[in-house]
Amino acid sequence: MINKPCFQLSRNAFGRLVFTGTDGVVREGIIPVRAFPITSPDRGIALVDQGGHELVWIDQLEDLADELRRLVEVDLASREFIPEIKCIHDVSSFATPSVWSVETDRGRTSFILKGEESIRRLRPPALLISDRHGIHFLIRDRFALDRSSRRILDRFL
Amino acid sequence: MTNPAPSSTSPTGVVPGISSLTLPSTWAAQAESQLSDGERALAWMEIDLDTHLHFASGLIVITNRRILASTESDMIWREWAYREGLTLVRYDHSGVGSLELLDADSLLARWRYTLGGDIAARRLIEHFTQQLGYQLTGVPLPPPSETLCPKCQRVLDAPLLSGQEECASCSSEVHAPPSTWTLFRLWRFARPYKGRLLAGFLLTLGSTAATLVPPYLTMPLMDNVLIPYQNGKPIDSGLVTFYLTGLLGAAILAWTLGWARTYILALVSERIGADLRTATYEHLLKLSQEYFGGKRTGDLMARIGSETDRINVFISLHLLDFATDVLMIGMTTVILVSINPWLALVTLLPLPIIAWLIHLVRDRLRTGFEKVDRVWAEVTSVLADTIPGMRVVKAFAQEKREAMRFRMANDRNLEVNDRVNKVWSLFTPTVTLLTEVGLLVVWLFGIWQVSKDEITVGVLTAFLAYISRFYLRLDSMSRMVSFTQKAAAGTKRIFDILDHISSVPEPVNPVHLPVVEGRIELRNVGFRYGTRSVTRDISIAIEPGEMIGLVGHSGSGKSTIVNLICRFYDVTEGAILLDGVDIRSLPIVEYRKNIGLVLQEPFLFFGTIAENIAYGKPDAKQEEIVAAARAAHAHEFILRLAHGYDSLVGERGQALSGGERQRISIARALLIDPRILILDEATSSVDTATEKEIQKALENLVRGRTTIAIAHRLSTLRDANRLIVLDRGRVIETGNHDELMAREGHYYRLYQAQARNIDTEDDLRRLIVDRKTEEGRE
Repeated sequence: MINKPCFQLSRNAFGRLVFTGTDGVVREGIIPVRAFPITSPDRGIALVDQGGHELVWIDQLEDLADELRRLVEVDLASREFIPEIKCIHDVSSFATPSVWSVETDRGRTSFILKGEESIRRLRPPALLISDRHGIHFLIRDRFALDRSSRRILDRFL
Repeated sequence: MTNPAPSSTSPTGVVPGISSLTLPSTWAAQAESQLSDGERALAWMEIDLDTHLHFASGLIVITNRRILASTESDMIWREWAYREGLTLVRYDHSGVGSLELLDADSLLARWRYTLGGDIAARRLIEHFTQQLGYQLTGVPLPPPSETLCPKCQRVLDAPLLSGQEECASCSSEVHAPPSTWTLFRLWRFARPYKGRLLAGFLLTLGSTAATLVPPYLTMPLMDNVLIPYQNGKPIDSGLVTFYLTGLLGAAILAWTLGWARTYILALVSERIGADLRTATYEHLLKLSQEYFGGKRTGDLMARIGSETDRINVFISLHLLDFATDVLMIGMTTVILVSINPWLALVTLLPLPIIAWLIHLVRDRLRTGFEKVDRVWAEVTSVLADTIPGMRVVKAFAQEKREAMRFRMANDRNLEVNDRVNKVWSLFTPTVTLLTEVGLLVVWLFGIWQVSKDEITVGVLTAFLAYISRFYLRLDSMSRMVSFTQKAAAGTKRIFDILDHISSVPEPVNPVHLPVVEGRIELRNVGFRYGTRSVTRDISIAIEPGEMIGLVGHSGSGKSTIVNLICRFYDVTEGAILLDGVDIRSLPIVEYRKNIGLVLQEPFLFFGTIAENIAYGKPDAKQEEIVAAARAAHAHEFILRLAHGYDSLVGERGQALSGGERQRISIARALLIDPRILILDEATSSVDTATEKEIQKALENLVRGRTTIAIAHRLSTLRDANRLIVLDRGRVIETGNHDELMAREGHYYRLYQAQARNIDTEDDLRRLIVDRKTEEGRE
């Protein structure tokens, strides 16, 4: 549990996070990583160095001071990429591989679904769809989608 | 993504050998307006994300003067001229690539893209670095040499980047959904049987025609025999005999022809299926290890087994039935029109409507059945998940939970099936109803025409007989669409394998080495797996007869080097030479004959011990097998088995211990008497006592051969002439045990760390288990 931060964070001219720990050692290019990016994104965040070693564990983002939290949040936002599908406009065919054109929380896009096995069931009702290049698209609640999206999705489940 | 067109001259400021290119159409006008006189675009990349990782398109252009970039949202062009200290770097994280332009003290710009654009990004960096170098030093770069696509062997306009496996045209091909046209590719396998196929077709024609004779004969039977009898005329027995003989004859003819047709076509389709299976498997065996790494065994087995069978059934049953139906409908139409065009028109009118209705219901059913298929796969996957892990399930006492999981999958299966059955149970009665309605129309119009004396009762009967036949066929015809789609999908999956060209290609002009000495040289070898670089810049020279030990942590690249030497993969940079010849120019089979491989987990095929030892040399004499077993210290335990060398081992065979299996695999390697020996963790999975036995066996094996050994347990490598210490894909230390210990470097630390653990056997086991879990994670 970290109530008071025993480390300092800053951003350098290269846009990288710089970490200064209690030992006074300055480490550049540290990366915040969510331990449970989908199930509980705000709990359990680790700051790791470039070699992948954990420097500090943050139980909850709220535990951090505002300034620190903003730095971490901005960095997470700039690297995290799990577009959430809001609506499925169209699919090129019901046989895979097929091109899906979707509306996500990050704008409209299309991707190639290689096979039905690329649609992974997370804890219901969430689904995770990985495209040909390994990008993960999340459907948080498949029953909350609109009717036509649900019907399209249903053909692949 | 870059698409340079060839140019003959190189204008000022452009590196010779690099040609100009066309920009993407959506950006062309805008981007070109940005270019000043004499400035030319050399490479471009379309990005699909903005800095906040929202989907938005943008363009980056490398010209001979500067780097230009814009995004769709603001349409503002930003530029950076070439100057000292600029660098362009790329990296990726969870599917998002980042391209950063830096100077000595800050970040100038950052672009984001999804990994589909990675190849373009790498090319962009390549061009940028070349141009920057040229602008700063003025030294022109050598023109790029002609390159071939490793997959389709076409000459490419631009060289492929490392990590890129295929040219753009190859990669776009694979990702199209299956089309029905794929089925025509089966012709390649049908061609050898075209004679028999033609005979089958003619027989189909004949038998269909024969089945159409009986309804035709009912017409005169009715008009010339039965109706006159009702009107008081006696029955003409001669005429009756004639017609009835005709009916019987037609039936027998149809039977004979039908039998011959079905038999011939079943014969042919079975052969086509078998050829397809064999060809696919043979092709599969030639593919590189890389291919198998990325595929699930079950999937490949399904493709070769059930998909070929599905195609087979499609050809022999569905396609045949469909052809028959089409022929029958065509012939019937001709007959009906020739008898009475008006009645024929009325009879055929409901046909398209009924066909359409059936198709509608079918379509709904098809999606349902597809769903049933997928749910069924889910049920089996629960089984596939738990049965191999039964020991874990039992150990953690989770039988109840697994049973629950299975029940849930089954419940889902039931639920989906129930839903489908609701429509399905309606289907057959509906078809019957529609048929009856169609007949009703014919009756109505027929009676009206009979009453007007336009047709005879016989004609009406014949019409009814014909029409009821072909309404029945409508159902099976409507199924054809989905059968065709399924067969097309299956064909595509088969051709996916057949079209895959091995990433370890056979040399075009093979070099033969009559005598192999066993000198292996790795020259600046680099290997990438996908986008991840596994080894870099490795140079090792191994003399004939020398024993080399590869040492390093898990993931340091030891197994990669072994895989590269075996040519399971091909190097992405540099070369591996055997006796001074690049191994890529040696025929693969000939080359691998010189390699004996002993793996951590020895694999025994189902068969006798003797067969397993002689796997690499099936014609080995019994004396040779025994001699190899003796040398591998396997002879004695083999004799203790009930059937000696004839004992069955492998899956479903006799259970052997890890050490025993390992000694059999050592005997297998000894028997082929290879010049090069590779021991990949040969003693890791056994305890120290067994290891000693195996060590003794190995001593015989190693003698006089070039040996490359990998071992976690450093003590097993003490006999090695040289040890090569690897870390993160690079060679960091070389020397024998004593030298490396004296240096007190990486090896020293590794050795110390292990020595502390070797106090007891228990600790050692734990160490190995740890290491294995580490490997499992890789």
